[in-house]
Amino acid sequence: MSDLTRLTISEARAGLAAREFTARELTDAYLGAIDAANEGLNAYVAVTHDRARAMADASDARLAGGEGGALEGIPLGIKDLFATEGVHTQACSHVLDGFEPRYESTVTANLWADGAVMLGKLNMDEFAMGSSNETSYYGPVRNPWRAKGSNLDLVPGGSSGGSATAVAACLCAGATATDTGGSIRQPAAFTGTVGIKPTYGRCSRWGTVAFASSLDQAGPIARDVRDAAILLKSMASSDPKDTTSVDRPVPDYEAAIGRSIKGMRIGIPKEYRVEGMPEEIENLWHKGIEWMRDAGAEIVDISLPHTKYALPAYYIVAPAEASSNLARYDGVRYGLRVPGKDIAEMYENTRAAGFGREVKRRVMIGTYVLSAGYYDAYYLKAQKVRTLIKKDFEDVFAAGVDAILTPATPSAAFGIADQDMAADPVKMYLNDIFTVTVNMAGLPGIAVPAGLDAKGLPLGLQLIGKPFDEETLFRTAHVVERAAGRFAPEKWW
Amino acid sequence: MSVDLATVKRVAHLARIAVTDEDAERMTGELNAILGFVEQLDEVDVSGVEPMTSVIPMEMKKRQDEVTDGAKADDVVANAPASDENFFLVPKVVE
Repeated sequence: MSDLTRLTISEARAGLAAREFTARELTDAYLGAIDAANEGLNAYVAVTHDRARAMADASDARLAGGEGGALEGIPLGIKDLFATEGVHTQACSHVLDGFEPRYESTVTANLWADGAVMLGKLNMDEFAMGSSNETSYYGPVRNPWRAKGSNLDLVPGGSSGGSATAVAACLCAGATATDTGGSIRQPAAFTGTVGIKPTYGRCSRWGTVAFASSLDQAGPIARDVRDAAILLKSMASSDPKDTTSVDRPVPDYEAAIGRSIKGMRIGIPKEYRVEGMPEEIENLWHKGIEWMRDAGAEIVDISLPHTKYALPAYYIVAPAEASSNLARYDGVRYGLRVPGKDIAEMYENTRAAGFGREVKRRVMIGTYVLSAGYYDAYYLKAQKVRTLIKKDFEDVFAAGVDAILTPATPSAAFGIADQDMAADPVKMYLNDIFTVTVNMAGLPGIAVPAGLDAKGLPLGLQLIGKPFDEETLFRTAHVVERAAGRFAPEKWW
Repeated sequence: MSVDLATVKRVAHLARIAVTDEDAERMTGELNAILGFVEQLDEVDVSGVEPMTSVIPMEMKKRQDEVTDGAKADDVVANAPASDENFFLVPKVVE
C-alpha cells in the first residue's frame, strides 16, 4: 500500500468511501509515522494511541453501516490549548502539570461528532505566547523544512508550531490551532501549509485555554486550501456556552473553492511595504498580485493608515487580558503547587516556578498597564487605537474592496535559539506585524503557501476578508494555490 | 514612561509572581523595551474616538435563569493539588 499519510483529507475521505483502506489502517499509518518522527521533531507532547485506534475502529463500523460524518475516520492532531476530556491539556505550561479536564472543548467535540480521530496533543508556545514555539515547557518544535544544503534546525513559527510541523511532516491529516496575533498564519507560512483564522466569534472559545479573550480564535492548519475548508466547516458552530459565539449558520466552505474570482476587487495596502522587508517577500507579493489579475480580479491600491500602530496596541491589550485570564493559576484548583510560609507565598512560589519567562513578562506588562493610574494612558488608549484600526478596514470594504492581499510574514523561518530574537523581545514580536491587524479588527485571514525563497524555504501570502466572509478567502487562496503549486519538505527526520 | 527596579518588584507582587533581585533586574530592561515600543501610540490622535468594547457588533446572548448544569463537585476538585471531601485545601489563612 502506498503511504497513506501523504493523502490530503479530501483524498483520504474518497479512499475511505471507496473502501480502498480502512480508518484503522489510516490511523495506524499516522501513529507509526509519529512514533518514528516525534523524537526528532517534537511536534506531539502526548500521543493517544489507544484512543486513536478505538475511535478509528468506531469509524470503520459506521462507514461499514453506510453512515459516517464529514470527517469520518480522518486522524487529526489537537493543539494542547484545547480541553480534551481525560487527556493531557496543559497549554504546554508547567503550571498546569498533570491537568486532565473532565470536559471537552466545543471545537474538538464538533470534530469528534463528525467522526474525526484524535492522534494526540500538539506542542505550542506556553499559553500561546510566542512566535517560534520556543517558549513551550516541552522544548522547541523543529521545522521539517531546512535551508538547501544546511542541517541547521529552524523554528516552525508559533504559537501553533506543533500543529504546523505535524501537518507539514505528515504526522496528522490536519490540525487544530489558535490565533491571537498570528499564531495560525505565521507557522503556516513558515512550514508551507495553509492556515485560516476565522472571524472572531465563528468558532466557540468554550474549553479553549484563554490567552486574550477579545482576540483568541480557533482555526485549522491543513495541507491545502480544500482541507482547511473541510476542517473549518466542522470546527465552527454557534455555541450557547460562549457568549461571543455568533448565531449564524456555518456555510459549506468547500463549495466556494474553484468559484471564479472574476471581477472581484483585491486591495493592496501600501502600509504593508515595511522597511527592511527582504526583496524576496516583495517579489512574492507582486507574483500574488499578478495571479489575482490573471484570474480576472481587479487590483486596487488601498491605504490602511493605522497599520503601524496595531502591534504596539496589541502589546497592551493582549498582555492586559492575559494577566487577568492567567490569575486563575494559583496552585489551588489544578496543576502545580509550590508550598510557601502562607497562602500568598504559596501563590507567588507556584506562579514563579510554573510560568516561563515569556509568560511572566506578559503577565507583568499586563499587570502594570492595568494598575492604578496607568489604565487610561495604556489600556483605554490602546482600545481607542483599535477602533481606528478596525475603521481603516471598514472604510476600504465600504469602498468596494472584497479582500486584501498582503505578505503573511516579514521573513522565512529563522533558526532555533536565534541570538537577536533572544536578546530583544520586541524583535520576536515583529514576526506578527502583518497578521496582528486582523486580530485587532476581528476579521478572517488565511495564509497560503506561495513559493520558496532562494534558500528553498517556504513563504506565504495572506488574504484578509470581511467579517464572516471566509468563503471569499477560500476562493482567492485557491487561486494562489493553483498558481503557486504545493510545497512539501524533503524528509530528513 | 519607564519602570524602575522598585516598580518591577511592586508589579511582580501584584501579579503574585515571586522574583529574585536578579530576575527583577533583567525584567526591568525587558519591560522598558516593551514600554518604549508601545510609546508610539502617543502619536495617534484619539480625541473623540470610542474605545473598542466588542470587535463584532452583537448583543450579548442571554439565557433563561434556570439550572442547566451542576452537581459535579467530584469533577470540579478532580485536578486539585490538595482536596478533602470536595473542598479545596489551602494553607491556613486565619490563626
